Amino acid sequence: MDFYEISSSLLSISFFIYLIAVVFFGAILGKKRDERQKSKLTTIGIILTIIGFIAQVASFIFRWMEAGHIPVSNMFEFIYFFSMCLIFAFLLIHFIYRYSIMGIVALPIAIVLIGYGSVFPTEVTPLVDSLQSNWLYIHVTTVALAQAILSISFVAGLLYLIVKVNQEVRSKETSYLELIMYFVVSVIAFVVLSFSFGAADYEAVFNLPENGDYNEISYTLPALIGPTDSELATTDHFYTGIEAPSFLNGAEAARKFNSLIWSLLTGLVLYGLLRLLTRKRIGAYLQNKFGKVNPDVVDDILYRAIAIGFPLFTLGGLIFAAIWAQEAWGRFWGWDPKEVWALITWLFYAAFLHLRLARGWHGKKSAWLAVIGFAIIMFNLIVVNLVISGLHSYA
Amino acid sequence: MSVNTIKCECGHINHEGTVLCEACGKPIKGNQHLDGNDDQRVLEMRYDGSARRSKTYKRTFIDKTWAFFSSVKVGVWLIVITLIFSALGTIYPQEPFKNSPLPASQFYETEYGLTGKIFYQLGFHNMYDSWWYIILVAMIGISLVICSLDRYIPLRRALKNQKIKRHPTFVKRQRVVSSTDKLSDENYQTIKERLKKKRYKIKEEDGHLFAEKNRFSRWGPYVNHIGLIVILTAAILRMFDVMHVDDYVWVREGETRVIPGTNQEYYIKNENFSYDFFDAEEDEDIRFREALKNANGPIPKDFQTDAIIYKVKGETVIGEEPELEEIKRGQIRVNHPIQFDGYSLYQAGNQMDSEYDQISFKINGENDQELGKFTFDTDEAPYQIELDNGMIVRVDDYYPQLEFTDKGPSSFSKFPRNPGIIFSVLNEGEEEGDRFFYLGEDIISLSDESTLTMSVTDIEKRSASGLTVKKDYSLPFFLIGAIIFMIGVVQGLYWYHRRIWIHPTENEYLVGSHTNKNWFGMKKELDEIFEGTEFNEFKDQSELK
Ligand code: HEM
Repeated sequence: MDFYEISSSLLSISFFIYLIAVVFFGAILGKKRDERQKSKLTTIGIILTIIGFIAQVASFIFRWMEAGHIPVSNMFEFIYFFSMCLIFAFLLIHFIYRYSIMGIVALPIAIVLIGYGSVFPTEVTPLVDSLQSNWLYIHVTTVALAQAILSISFVAGLLYLIVKVNQEVRSKETSYLELIMYFVVSVIAFVVLSFSFGAADYEAVFNLPENGDYNEISYTLPALIGPTDSELATTDHFYTGIEAPSFLNGAEAARKFNSLIWSLLTGLVLYGLLRLLTRKRIGAYLQNKFGKVNPDVVDDILYRAIAIGFPLFTLGGLIFAAIWAQEAWGRFWGWDPKEVWALITWLFYAAFLHLRLARGWHGKKSAWLAVIGFAIIMFNLIVVNLVISGLHSYA
Repeated sequence: MSVNTIKCECGHINHEGTVLCEACGKPIKGNQHLDGNDDQRVLEMRYDGSARRSKTYKRTFIDKTWAFFSSVKVGVWLIVITLIFSALGTIYPQEPFKNSPLPASQFYETEYGLTGKIFYQLGFHNMYDSWWYIILVAMIGISLVICSLDRYIPLRRALKNQKIKRHPTFVKRQRVVSSTDKLSDENYQTIKERLKKKRYKIKEEDGHLFAEKNRFSRWGPYVNHIGLIVILTAAILRMFDVMHVDDYVWVREGETRVIPGTNQEYYIKNENFSYDFFDAEEDEDIRFREALKNANGPIPKDFQTDAIIYKVKGETVIGEEPELEEIKRGQIRVNHPIQFDGYSLYQAGNQMDSEYDQISFKINGENDQELGKFTFDTDEAPYQIELDNGMIVRVDDYYPQLEFTDKGPSSFSKFPRNPGIIFSVLNEGEEEGDRFFYLGEDIISLSDESTLTMSVTDIEKRSASGLTVKKDYSLPFFLIGAIIFMIGVVQGLYWYHRRIWIHPTENEYLVGSHTNKNWFGMKKELDEIFEGTEFNEFKDQSELK
């Protein structure tokens, strides 16, 4: 077994341990169990999380040894590192606040992220010359850690909203909360679909005429939407015949659009099933389950996470990034999309701090802002990397 | 403008617009509306009820502008608007990144259709140095300065003038309070001990106790705003060309060139340019095989220029070769620029084997016996070359970058990227000889009945290294600004300004407490301090309303 295989196995192990940990955390929900039993379940959940975390760190180290450079240089590696930081931040918060109910939200998010990351090519990649710098280590790791800590504020915010949003009547707030649930379900749908069709080696190939030649585009999910002006080459595969609208330019855009449609549709089915099963809004169902949660503590965790994450993000995402850009390209700031999005994230959390300190936006308002902040971080991670290309583009 | 004053019943003279007396904290009648206070609710303690210019004067245009920019609401809006525009600018690539020979006026429409056209027409393709984006950022800067001045000065005055003995209303209407009708001396001492342990500074007067800690953290936001202002100032400075040098130079292997942007003061010699790609066949890179197979095109591993930097010695006379003195020798690699006298040279581009350096030929006679060999150096481009056996090779025409036009062969540039050479091979004393045309790395004989043959034996190419030249005097300002910002943020976020007052009245002891943020932590701390004493449980009065 080489380092690469050891690393992959360890990652799978940690993934399953996290899954089991969620089950234990989940079991403390509901009102039936007594306190002693609950604290026992929590302890097991935390211990499992720690074991899973150690396995993930070991996996990371083996991958590092294999690649010869810190594995944070492509989409898979970055998401994987990010999820590791998220678990770390959760454990940290747990040991400060002893508030394990956070785990029921934090762990599933980390698990979904690992699943999402694994959809991308997992092989070790060489580092192009411009990435060969110590600043890569420093910059990327601090950014990932900062974003993970900021994400903890989302975890807290979501928890706060689940507990605090009035579920008696339908309102804007309940609808937005359902929208968040729907997104989470859609990401799960995407991961499950990618793996199922991947396991079946599904591949439909389209021919796209280009400069008198053909460009081959392979779909790993059945084609609901084909590339504009293309022809299905592997004719025995399913194809609706619907072509992507022409504003979706570029060879890959249609394929990504197809995956998006699949995820959203399957997500809708899954979400519908959940609604049928629970006979309630998911938010209402969860609120019922979560029962008593101290909103002051959750609000405090939310704020603390941003108070730690904001300066760390400034340091890693702006200052270290600028120093490295100066070293590598001779310009410390260049309005590259990735840089702009770092600035946007930073401005957003600055606005958050002002609204909270000077305008007294606490509680629910803070929680909604934390949700938006996380959306910005995810947008930066996923959309900016995959769709808006720039110097930092990974895929 | 006359500065009116307000005298409080405690004797302190306050500035016009004060909401709570700076000394005793008694609400000043008639000014409560300024902070939105009413009698039923806890006191609005932001900035300690000090007199802020923006809330006090609202008459003149200047007053109104001041009030506008000092509002946090406006500040946050400015930040949010900047954020939204910044995001819109990333929908399509900015003009410098568009990577296309098409002019912007066509590029966006051709590439992205109608939305691209709108993007271009709104000017979003050059957003970040457009005048309106700069104005937005500048407004944030102005807002920063004004709001900081508006609060910092009165807040500092109020905190400096605060007295130990406060007005009972002030204590009673704090957010988190408690009271008791009796307090043993023993418990009083315990409380004091605990306060000290928690690093409160304690002051007493007539049985009144005032404990305060971490006042410095109140200055955190102002410090970080100063950092931001330094950064914005640096950005403004950088708009002037004298603050920075930004240039580009191509240097061929073996070539010495003046470095642009240095007032002809420095020269660089490219001794050697080497490059390296990841190669799946190589042992060291074998682990990347999978990734390399999937990559489209080779992945560069390293580019390196071995450079010598020279400085011109003494005065240069125009038209004369300057005298050069070596000042530095080293390698320039991506991520490892070479630095000298404030300038940095970055490895930025490469033209691999793009030019012909030396081409070697061989001349054979009848029976293929070798008559001679020679090498053509594209830099020297000699007119004729004498061979060892006395034959002469005359260079009739030399086209560094050969192309054929209607008028026959010509050269597109002076760079030997595709040399074409016409030779005549002459025996001693001859005027006319056999002619050969070297083109496309091959030889064509131009004479019909030639007994000689000419062939290419060796071709040496050379690469050129592209280097960016940078010198930036504004960098230290940015760095200092960033450091000040970080200090301020940490100062403001990790410490909280907390105050506790114990206030005896005729029939009870009141406790009032204040923190500028994190009430959750404050309540925990209060519980720890007053635990086991006669004081009632602390009440958060903001929850009652
Ligand atoms: C990008 C720009 C800005 C950044 C990064 C920034 C950053 C900060 C930070 C980190 C704090 C401390 C927050 C806390 O302790 O929770 C703060 C406080 C504050 N900022 Fe800003 N700020 C910016 C722009 C502005 C602007 C434009 C205004 C003008 C209205 C402003 C007004 C304030 C005020 C009034 C405070 C609170 C001070 C106090 O209550 O003690 N800031 N700022």
